Parts: sequence; structure tokens; C-alpha cells
Amino acid sequence: MEHYLSLFIASVFVENMALAFFLGMCTFLAVSKKVSSSFGLGVAVIVVLMITVPVNNLVLNYLLAEGALTWTGIAGAENIDLSFLGLLSYIGVIAAMVQIIEMFLDKYVPVLYNALGVFLPLITVNCAILGGVLFMVERNYTFGESVVYGAGAGVGWALAITALAGIREKLKYSDVPGGLQGLGITFITVGLMSLGFMSFSGIQL
Amino acid sequence: MAADSPKGVLVTPIFKNNPIALQILGVCSALAVTTSMSVSLVMTLAVVFVCAFSNLFVSLIRQHIPSSIRIIVQVTIIASLVIVVDQVLRAFAYQMSQQLSVFVGLIITNCIILGRAEGFAMQNSPKMSFIDGVGNGLGYGVVLMVVGFFRELFGSGSVFGFTVLQPVQDGGWYVPNGLMLLPPSAFFIIGLMIWVIREAYPEQVEENEFKMKHNTEPKEAV
Repeated sequence: MEHYLSLFIASVFVENMALAFFLGMCTFLAVSKKVSSSFGLGVAVIVVLMITVPVNNLVLNYLLAEGALTWTGIAGAENIDLSFLGLLSYIGVIAAMVQIIEMFLDKYVPVLYNALGVFLPLITVNCAILGGVLFMVERNYTFGESVVYGAGAGVGWALAITALAGIREKLKYSDVPGGLQGLGITFITVGLMSLGFMSFSGIQL
Repeated sequence: MAADSPKGVLVTPIFKNNPIALQILGVCSALAVTTSMSVSLVMTLAVVFVCAFSNLFVSLIRQHIPSSIRIIVQVTIIASLVIVVDQVLRAFAYQMSQQLSVFVGLIITNCIILGRAEGFAMQNSPKMSFIDGVGNGLGYGVVLMVVGFFRELFGSGSVFGFTVLQPVQDGGWYVPNGLMLLPPSAFFIIGLMIWVIREAYPEQVEENEFKMKHNTEPKEAV
């Protein structure tokens, strides 16, 4: 249990998806103009990461990794190594999961569906999702760990984008030098935030 | 797109319409792999390759793709190309592929590539699309190399691994700036680079939504 808690804290603060690994930057910069929409997107990312990372963990361990097909009982299956198909499968799974989540929410939780709106389909090409999956693969997380890691990474990303949106809402009233207006000053703000988040490094429970 | 000649298509995205600085596309990997110049160079080559060929293939089959499933077709093409890059790197430059870790895979979700496939290759001939892909890949690469140059020079005192500023621990005079190797510096450098580019091309400057009124002159107040 402690191990899971420590992993969660580390993925939220220390290894923050947006501020330490620069993942999901495109949407991070483009959508963070208003707190309300940033929060919506943040929630969508949490939901999608929490589902896709564990699902891809199953895909890896039961279909793609070396010897993973042994359970089928086919002769010679233990020698099959499909891990080179990894990238293609992960992105396919992500796209399919996003589509399924969208349809599910539309039917059963219309309130949340309306709140997330256009953000859900956008998430397919968000690097934070694929990045989360690839880190899970690289670090050989077990199924339990992958659930915790997915949730933590999502929460960290949501936290970062909401905080940035809060700063940008105030920032638009400031007198910024012409060329730095908009995108430039946002980059520098994110740099300062990332500097702040670096002070979490080394925290262990 | 103003430039229709092959040369214009190639050159415009490098400075004038830079994918990172103006369109904020593909920033994710731009920041993470730039701690040293050799890594940035490999990443640049990988992106140029994927971007050029995905544009070429998408453009070749653009008449046959039903528009309802075009995104998934494009992503499949891109993912297959990235797998090729990934396997080649693993086979011939294992050290490098370890350094790039997940960021090779993340080329798939690099918005530049999907953006060009969707925005340019779907409407243009294969030859022009290929050139456009190379141009955008290079535009991405230029930013990568510049950021990588500053981070490596000031962070470890070297360029492409060759020592330029002799660091203190090797008996030299330069005290390496550790911050340059950490994530925040990448944001600062790109932010400042955008400033420089926009000073050079003033038409890219964003409008201020809430213009400050000038301070009252002292003599007016009296």
C-alpha cells in the first residue's frame, strides 16, 4: 500500500507529466487560457489515462511481450515476440478507448459528456496519454502499479494545466513587451512553474 | 500558405512560419530531448524522415481515403514509420535510443506531423507534400538545434560533445550552469527565442486584449 502511495505522489509532483517531461504541451499551451476549460480537459485526461494505461498494460503482457501468447496454448507460441508492434497497438488502443469512453459517457453520464465536450476526441493525440503508456512499458509496471501511475500522472497534468490557466487569467491584464505577448510569456511562466515543481524532487513517503 | 513554389514551401516553415514558434505544434518532444546537441540532431533527422514520408504516403493515397476514417489512416501510416525509425535506432545506435527513450515513440503524437498530413498532404501533390514535410521537419529541427546548442554549451561547456568552455572540474575556468540541463531552462530558451523571432517578424506579434493606458504625464496632472 505504501509503495502505491509513494508511486502516486511521485507521479503527481516529482515526475509531473507536463512540467518535468513536457508531455501534452501542445494542448497544455493552447487550452490553458481559461480555468474552467482547463479543468474540464484535466478531468478528461485523468479519466483517459486511468483507463488506457492499465488496458495497454494488459495488451503488452498478454499479447505483445516475448512469450506473452503462451496462454493460448498454441504450439511454439512461447517464442513469439510481437513487441515491435507496440507503438501501433498502443495508439490504436488509445484511439479505440477514447471512442468507447465517449460513447459510454454520451449514453450513461450525459452531464460529464457535455462538460468534456470537444476535449475528449482531442485527447487521442495528446502526447501525455501515449507518454504515460510508454513510461509504463519502459518501467515494467505491474497491473496494480499501472492503475496508480495512470491516475497519478493524470492528476499531475490536470493540476499543472489548471494552475497555469489561473496564472494566465491574471497575466492578460499585465503590460508585457510586444514580442513576448501571448505565447512567449506563457513559456516563461511555465518555466518558472517547472522550477517550482522541481523543489518536490527527492520527496519520498 | 503564400508560397507555392517548391523552394517557398521548403523555406517558409523554417523561419517565417515556424511550426514550434508560431503554431505551437510539437513542443513536447522539442523540450525534452535538447539537453545535448547530438541527441537533438538524431531527433531532428527522425522527425524530418517521418514527416516527409508520412506526407508523401498520405498524399499518394489521398484520393482513396474516405474522409470519415482519414485520421486513423494517417495515424497508422505515421505509427508504422515511427516503428521503422525506432527499430533502426535500436539496431544501429542503441546508446542513442536509450537516451531518447520514450520520445521516439512520441513522434507519433507530435502534432506537426499529423497537422501537416491533414492540413497539407490531403490537398497537394506527392512531390510538394514531400518537400513540405522536409521543410516542416527542418523548421522543427532548427528550434531543436538552437535550444540544444545553448543548453549544452552553458550546461556542460561543450558543443556536440567537444569541449568549448573548459569546465572547472577538469581544471578549466568555466563553472557549468546546472540549471541549463534541467527542464525549466528549455521553457525559458524557447520563450526568449519566440521573442527574438517576433521582433524580426512583427506581424506575428499577438494583439494585447487589454491594452494599458499610458501613464498620465506629470504636466497634464498639474
